[in-house]
Amino acid sequence: MTAKELTLQSEKNRKRLLEVVYNAKAGHIGGDLSCLNVMTALYTEIMNISPGQVKDPNRDRFILSKGHCVESLYTVLESRGFIQPALVNTLGKFGSVLSGHPTIEVPGIEVCSGALGHGLGIGIGMAIAAKMDKRSYRTFVLMGDGEQGEGSIYEAAMAGHQYKLDNLVAIIDRNHLQISGNTEDVMALDSIRERWSAFGWDVKEMNGDDMESILQTFASIDYTNRKPHLLVSQTTKGKGVSYMENVASWHHGMPNEEQYQEAIAEISARIETLEHTLRD
Amino acid sequence: MKACRKSFTDTLLALAKQDKDIVAVTTDARGSVTLGDFAKDLPDQFVECGIAEQDAVGISAGLAHSGKKTFVCGPACFYVARSLEQVKVDLAYSRNPVTILGVSGGVAYGALGATHHSLHDMAVLRCFPAMSICLPADERQTAKLVKILVDYPEACYVRVGRAAVPDVYEDDNFPFEVGKANMLQDGTDLTIIATGETIYHAKQAGLLLQEQGISARVLDMAWIKPCDKEAVVKAAKDTGRIITVEEHSKFGGLGAMVCEILSEHPVPVRILGIPDEDVIHGTNKEIFHYYGIDTDGIVKSALDFVNK
Repeated sequence: MTAKELTLQSEKNRKRLLEVVYNAKAGHIGGDLSCLNVMTALYTEIMNISPGQVKDPNRDRFILSKGHCVESLYTVLESRGFIQPALVNTLGKFGSVLSGHPTIEVPGIEVCSGALGHGLGIGIGMAIAAKMDKRSYRTFVLMGDGEQGEGSIYEAAMAGHQYKLDNLVAIIDRNHLQISGNTEDVMALDSIRERWSAFGWDVKEMNGDDMESILQTFASIDYTNRKPHLLVSQTTKGKGVSYMENVASWHHGMPNEEQYQEAIAEISARIETLEHTLRD
Repeated sequence: MKACRKSFTDTLLALAKQDKDIVAVTTDARGSVTLGDFAKDLPDQFVECGIAEQDAVGISAGLAHSGKKTFVCGPACFYVARSLEQVKVDLAYSRNPVTILGVSGGVAYGALGATHHSLHDMAVLRCFPAMSICLPADERQTAKLVKILVDYPEACYVRVGRAAVPDVYEDDNFPFEVGKANMLQDGTDLTIIATGETIYHAKQAGLLLQEQGISARVLDMAWIKPCDKEAVVKAAKDTGRIITVEEHSKFGGLGAMVCEILSEHPVPVRILGIPDEDVIHGTNKEIFHYYGIDTDGIVKSALDFVNK
C-alpha cells in the first residue's frame, strides 16, 4: 500500500476505534489515537503476519507493551481479519474475551501485557530465540513515553545491546502526555534519543502522525547492523479528533454523544477526502 | 548426599546436551546456581542477563513463547519478589511454560539475613493460575523433577536449598508423580506432612517417634501445586491429627493449604513454620532448630500433640 492508502486505512480504523470505545464506555482513547497509525502500518504493510500465521514460527512478532491502548490493537486486528467485528463489539461487556489490556485469549495477541515495562524484556527473549534458531523473523515492541519511567525497560535495553539484537525494533509512542500531565513535568524524557544511543541502540526519529514518515523510517532500518533499533515516534495524543489533541484528560476520557458525533463527522470528512483523492 | 541445586543443574546439563531447545537463563548467579559447567559446555543455550531479575523473567517468557524449554535460575528470594510481576503476567497469565529454579530458598542463606530469605514464596505463587510449585526433598527427587519439567505444559516454581541435604530416597526406585504426595511411613496416631528440606526431618522424626511408641504417618508433600488433596483428607480421616512442617511463613504456605483442604473435614492441625516476626539471625541449622522445624522440634511437637 502507498502512504496515502495506508492513511485512509488508518482513518477507517480510527472511526471504528471511536465507535468501539464509545459503545464500550471503556478505553484509553488518547493513547489509542496516538499509536494507531504505527500499528496500522505494522499490521498492514510492515510485518510478515496474517490470521493464518498466528502460530507460524517464522511470523513477525508484535508486543503492545503500552497495553492500555488495546482498543487500538483490537481495531487493527479486526481490520486484518484476526478477529471478527461481533467479537470486538463485546468489549466492555460482562464475560467478554476482550479485556482492557491485551490477553492471549484474543487471536493474534502474543502475550498478556499492560503492566508497564514488561514488553521489551519479552521481545528480547523472542529476538534471542530467533538468533538461536537462525530464523529471520523480527520482533516489534511498542512502548509509551510515560512507560519509560519503568526501570525494567533499562534492564532490557542493556540486554538488547549485549546480544546485538538487530532483529528487534522498539518503538516509543512519544505523545508527550501521561495520565497526570506533560511527561516533562512528571519525569523528564527529553534526552530520550541520547539515552537510548548511550545504551548502544540504533536510534531513529519519525513523525508518527504521518504515514510517509513511518514507512520511510521502517524501510531505512538495517536489520544486519548488530544493533537493536529504537524508533522515537513523535505523535499527538488524541490524534485525529481535534478537541482531544494534546489534552491530558483524554488519557481515558469518554466522549458524550455530542462529542462522539463530532469526532465521527471529523474523521468521516477526512475519509471522504482521501477516497476522493485516491480515486483521482 | 548432594545439594539439590547441583542435582538439578547436572540433570539439566545432561538433558540439554541431547536437546538444543533447552535453555538456561541466569542473573549473574551461575556460581550460586551451579550453572558454571552448563555455561561452559553449552554457551549457545545459555543466556546471562546480569543482575536483572525482571528482565531475566521477561526474556525467559519470550524464549519459551518461541519454543525454548526455558529454565531461569537464581536466588529464590529475588525471583519471587523483585520479578514477581513478570512471573505473574509474563509467565503465569501469558501461559509461558518457564521453570523458575529458586536456589538457596527459605532460610538457606542463614547468616546473610532477611533480605536473602524467601519465606513467602509458596503463599504468593499459590494465588497465580497456571503456576505449579514444587519443593523437592533430595537429590534423587530433584533429578526426577527436572526430567518432568523439560516438557511441562505450564510455568513451575522449584525451590531448593543451598547445602547438601541427606537422602530421603536411597535409590531411584520410588514413585514421583506430579501433584502426588509420597507416604514415607504409615501410622495411626498422627500425620506429619512436610515439604522441601523439612521432608528429611519429618522422616527422621517419624522414626524417632516410633521408638517412643508413637505411630506417625509421614507424607512427602514436595508438590504444593497441584497438591494431593486426597492424601491430606485421608490422613485426617485415618490419623485424626496433622502436623505440617515448612521452611516458610506460617501464613499462606503448606500449613495454610492443609487447613484450607481440611476446612470441610476438620481435625486438629499444628503448623510448624516461621512465625510472623523478624527471623532470628543465625545459620540455617540454628534457625531450623529455633523455630522447631528440625527433627527435634517435630518430635517435641508431636509428643505434645499426641499427649494432649
